[in-house]
Amino acid sequence: MEEAEASSRCPGSSPPFLEVRNVTKRFPGVVANDRVSFSVCPGEVHALLGENGAGKSTLVSILYGLLEPDEGEIVIRGQKVRIRSPKDALELGIGLVPQHFLLVKKHTVAENVALGLKGVPFFRPARAVAPRIRELGERYGLPVDPDAYVWQLSAGEQQRVEILKVLVRDVTLLMLDEPTSVLTPQEARGLFEVLRRMKAEGHAVIFITHKLEEVFAVADRVTVLRRGRVVASLSVRETDPQTLARLMVGEELPEPAARPARTPGRELLFVEDLWVRSDRGFYAVKDVSFTLREGEVVGLAGVAGNGQSELIEALTGLRRPERGWIRVGERDLTGKDARVFFEAGVAHVPEDRNRRGVVATLSVAENLVLRHYRYPPFARGPVLDRRAVRRFALEEVKRYDIRTPSIDAPVRLLSGGNVQKLILARELYGEPKVLVAAHPTYGLDVAAARQVHGRILEARDRGAAILLVSEDLEEILALSSRILVIFEGRIIAELAPEEASKERLGMLMAGVAA
Amino acid sequence: MRLVPRGPVGPALSLLVPLFSVLLAFAASLLLLALFGTSPREAAVAVYQGLFTDLRGFSELLRRAVPLVLAGAGLALAFRAQFWNIGAEGQLLLGAVAAAGVALFSGIEGGWLLPAMALAAFLAGGLWALLAAVLKARLEVNDVITTLMLNYVAVYLVEWLIHGPWKGKTAFGFAYTDRFPEAASLPLFPGTALAWPGVVLAVLLAGFFAWLLFATTFGFEVRVLGENPEAARYAGVRATVTLSLVALFSGGAAGLAGFVEVAGTHHKLLSPLQISLGYGYTAIIVAWLARNHPLLAVLTGLLIGFVFAAGDVLKVALMVPFQLVEVVNGLVLFFLIAGEVFLRYRVVFGGRRG
Repeated sequence: MEEAEASSRCPGSSPPFLEVRNVTKRFPGVVANDRVSFSVCPGEVHALLGENGAGKSTLVSILYGLLEPDEGEIVIRGQKVRIRSPKDALELGIGLVPQHFLLVKKHTVAENVALGLKGVPFFRPARAVAPRIRELGERYGLPVDPDAYVWQLSAGEQQRVEILKVLVRDVTLLMLDEPTSVLTPQEARGLFEVLRRMKAEGHAVIFITHKLEEVFAVADRVTVLRRGRVVASLSVRETDPQTLARLMVGEELPEPAARPARTPGRELLFVEDLWVRSDRGFYAVKDVSFTLREGEVVGLAGVAGNGQSELIEALTGLRRPERGWIRVGERDLTGKDARVFFEAGVAHVPEDRNRRGVVATLSVAENLVLRHYRYPPFARGPVLDRRAVRRFALEEVKRYDIRTPSIDAPVRLLSGGNVQKLILARELYGEPKVLVAAHPTYGLDVAAARQVHGRILEARDRGAAILLVSEDLEEILALSSRILVIFEGRIIAELAPEEASKERLGMLMAGVAA
Repeated sequence: MRLVPRGPVGPALSLLVPLFSVLLAFAASLLLLALFGTSPREAAVAVYQGLFTDLRGFSELLRRAVPLVLAGAGLALAFRAQFWNIGAEGQLLLGAVAAAGVALFSGIEGGWLLPAMALAAFLAGGLWALLAAVLKARLEVNDVITTLMLNYVAVYLVEWLIHGPWKGKTAFGFAYTDRFPEAASLPLFPGTALAWPGVVLAVLLAGFFAWLLFATTFGFEVRVLGENPEAARYAGVRATVTLSLVALFSGGAAGLAGFVEVAGTHHKLLSPLQISLGYGYTAIIVAWLARNHPLLAVLTGLLIGFVFAAGDVLKVALMVPFQLVEVVNGLVLFFLIAGEVFLRYRVVFGGRRG
């Protein structure tokens, strides 16, 4: 806490723009923020670093007026303030760029920016803000067409709109909640450039992240949160990645998971000449062929949006391929639905676990049988055997260490890591032949990620063929027996882990032949 | 004064809040009566004496409740699957048409006639709903619109039948069919106008739907599909099949309500307004109040049945306009929806710390 006291003076002896003093926020059963203190100076990019569940989002919600703190105070330009709503926050000069965009998709960029803006005319407000959007876009390097419809924009462009929405309101402090999670590496670099320009214009920026390299890429100071507490507030120049990682995790970094030991067996999954269309109608997967063998993990590396999602969906029966074949063992499953794929032994850890992997309002027990409910021992004819379901749930919750108030609690009460453990428990039950695991540790903390890796390797050692789709190159390198690289819908390289390095993969993923 | 979110609520509170809301709605209704120049006290006494002091009065309450429970339990099932069936009214009418058709023209006699009518009514109501479900599942046609519009089609179908091809030879120019044969009448509870098999049917069907929903794999699919269609596809639920079955059951239940009305009360097919009194629409309230739990629809159906029957009593005893029943129904719904807020939030007076 002394750190925070010491840092409440800014370079050039100006007072901090924002000071947070001993803010505490409790939720039933957890203290999300425990006496959090830190300050942000004008013209600085301040990173809030912490793992999922460290309390970053709660803190941001408090500063944006979405939550009120139970204790503590917020001081802006030396004045104690109370932020009761986003409206209050904006009036005080604080804006938020949310992680999940809040845009009206059917409206244009200008209409979205004008929405709720003060001082725009009642009629045709969009026309009035369009020049301002162009001007701000030029000044900060945020090019976007004011007349484009939001649904036509990429994630990166939508983020620009969110940033413009904030800038047009003349805020001093911008908060960005995990802004790079939806961006390609190139887009992320563009964003950092924007942040530097904002800094130069005298804005203060709070940058929420759990990625160390981003802190060093863009931040001036960093406040590390762990389990709701500030463990350090440091100048980025005076620290290094190892120190920050230790502060963030609070324990030694994990050993990389063990490399494969066994030799792969017979081929279980055949994919031949596969062409798959995206929702927008163009080919997202082009002429993809590969096989998965018993007892191997094949890593599929690629920048998000290069056809992975469509490929995963085709391989699990959720999307009909346009051309080509998918066989599991001797069975041709091309064009069959998810039930047939599941029955053939294809398990699937979906990439968006909350949207597809669980039913948030149903119980832990019900979600654990979300795929097996219609087969014995959970069903006897048309009747669900609730006793068998409960018994199974109790076992799995214990075996996979799923932290839940009870097996009857709705899944929405579980943290991301526990939801993921639940999904893995379910998908690995019944010893599937093939496992398609998409971003299995995305957003998980180190301990949970390590458990997930352990389970995947266990399944491999038992003989499952596993396709690991991930953007996390360290994960790919640590677990895979072979690595495929996908770029613009095509598999452009196959590498053994020995010949792959992060740098080489990075180049390939960017479409630069290496 | 401000609202503070609360965590999960226990069963006691989730029962007390709606109960209190209903009481408030009744209090507001009495106040409204006062505006009509009727003493609230007199009205309360009239309703009590009219409905709860003799069998005949109470049977009227049940007679109103039966179609509401039947249709409401079916809607509860449909709403669980997010099949927004606003068409119970039309499905009820189709059930009445099918029952009437079998009664008048099938030539079936004796003990088989009633079961045949019931089956026909179930299928007719079910298929009417199925039309909308298939359009939804296959072509993503908005089910609210289709089910609602099919109500009007059903109304005009009945009108056409009773004015045209089915117009009774013994109806002396009035627009209704001939009277059903004797074998097509449901037995009445002695001393009342209540067709008791309707009561049994309603309770059994509500119980059956609850069992379907919570004890079978089909019910599991319905709930998964309703809560998260994307997860349902992933889980291997075949939406078209599940949705079609839901529609068949839901519309079928409303069709049975139509059967009970014509075979228990009217004994002929007549004007849609006389067959139904808007039961199909009111059943939406019944299902909603029951939180889409088919068995609870028995209770909420009784509650709304009470409102209807009380309206009848007031109309006869105190000359209160019948439209007031609609207003009271509206008030009940209004207070219940307003009460929801107290299940999610606590009210805190004064200071800023919760």
